Amino acid sequence: MALQSLDISARSATTTPAPQARKTVELAKLIDISKCIGCKACQVACQEWNDLRDTVGRNVGVYDNPADLTAQSWTIMRYAEVEPAPGKLQWLIRKDGCMHCSDPGCLASCPAPGAIVKYSNGIVDFHQENCTGCGYCIIGCPFNIPRISAEDGKAYKCTLCSDRVAVGTEPACAKVCPTGAIVFGSKKDMHQHAAERILDLKERGFAQAGLYDPPGVEGTHVMYVLHHADKPELYSGLPREPMLSPLVGLWKGFAKTVMNAGLAAAVLAAFFHYVSQGPNKEHEEEEVA
Amino acid sequence: MNREQVIRRYTGSERCNHWLLALSFILTALSGLGFFHPGLCWLTNLFGGGTWARILHPYFAVVMVVVFLVWMIRIWKYLRFTTADRKWAVHIPDMLRNRMDKVPPSGKYNFGQKMLARTQLVLILLLLLTGVVIWQPLFADAFSVFSRRIAVLTHSIAAFVAVLSLIVHVYAAIWTKGAVSGMVLGRVSTAWARYHNRLWYEEKMQVAHDAQASSAFGEKAAG
Repeated sequence: MALQSLDISARSATTTPAPQARKTVELAKLIDISKCIGCKACQVACQEWNDLRDTVGRNVGVYDNPADLTAQSWTIMRYAEVEPAPGKLQWLIRKDGCMHCSDPGCLASCPAPGAIVKYSNGIVDFHQENCTGCGYCIIGCPFNIPRISAEDGKAYKCTLCSDRVAVGTEPACAKVCPTGAIVFGSKKDMHQHAAERILDLKERGFAQAGLYDPPGVEGTHVMYVLHHADKPELYSGLPREPMLSPLVGLWKGFAKTVMNAGLAAAVLAAFFHYVSQGPNKEHEEEEVA
Repeated sequence: MNREQVIRRYTGSERCNHWLLALSFILTALSGLGFFHPGLCWLTNLFGGGTWARILHPYFAVVMVVVFLVWMIRIWKYLRFTTADRKWAVHIPDMLRNRMDKVPPSGKYNFGQKMLARTQLVLILLLLLTGVVIWQPLFADAFSVFSRRIAVLTHSIAAFVAVLSLIVHVYAAIWTKGAVSGMVLGRVSTAWARYHNRLWYEEKMQVAHDAQASSAFGEKAAG
């Protein structure tokens, strides 16, 4: 969903600056995993608000349903049974979905102008009408979030309810969460709220409680409060240090500068070789043998 | 020997093979370059927009690979390195300065052409393998994100070198007068052959001479 173009701060496959006259407040969603009861109300609310209906799958004996993100399921609960300490079983339930990175790998990889935008409020949004379905966003994403629809060949993911946020309300998942595990507001406020929650968790014995706002992607606009911030991988493989892959950096950095210039240089070199050295032609006198 | 005399360099089917390769290579390159850099994105308009370019690119590529491999089978026997190539290679600077009198004779293809064709063979195979890994929607989902990252990086670098090699090839053909008509019409003048590919020319002359001799012998025997 397009917001006003003035609020777009970055646009895929675009080499000139985005409109920057207007500054808006940076927003964030905070998911407090210690408060989550795994009720999936957020999953339902997401489908309701966004008019999504995934195909009914099979129960394979775990709570995860659907088993993975799809073009119709932009957020899912991931359930992990872990033993951080011997004999201390814990059920860690993480609401997975787009993290809305400040340095989005999807946007850096996307070759279609305007198919991926980042708003100045921090939301990273896919504009499917510009999407070519090449799958580069999947290659660029450090969290493995975007999914391409088999129906229309377009990439989809959580919009952070950019349409709701544009009119001053919170995302559907935050609205519906019965325990207040999902809260939404300015990133500054969310940091403060998280700090209070972490203090509380520490008092209750979770010495390693902390905030997940990974600096490798310059922070995210979906943040987690984790009881075990030192072991994010316990939460169904939440990456410890997510960042734009060096392979993607090399691919985009190299392609965007050296190689493009190299092709232009080769054509110019050929032209000036011809002009300076003249054509390669057999001598007339040699023709008579 | 008068100056009108010509030698056949390519048969009709070889010429068709070459130009089919040229066409499919150009279509593959143009549809792919739109994804290479935002500054080249306009190229996708040639194919009906970004989505069509994405859909068509791999199919153009498959045609190119097949036609290229057929071409390789046809010319492979001329691509073997010989002692003449070693001598030729040290005179590349003379070649570039258009001092052809200092460049040693070569066979049907000179060392540079052999290297270019062999490089393109490696690139085409590399592009095919990496292209399959990132082919949406047919195969990409079967591969891990990490292997897709390796593939897309390799694909872009290989594509860059492949397009460079095309620029070199096209320029060499324009620079070398008579080369383009040789590939369009299939024949070159004897002077051209002697000047650019003397060993091939001599071989051709030898074959023609032998044929003449044997037919003359045949006539004599019959008479």
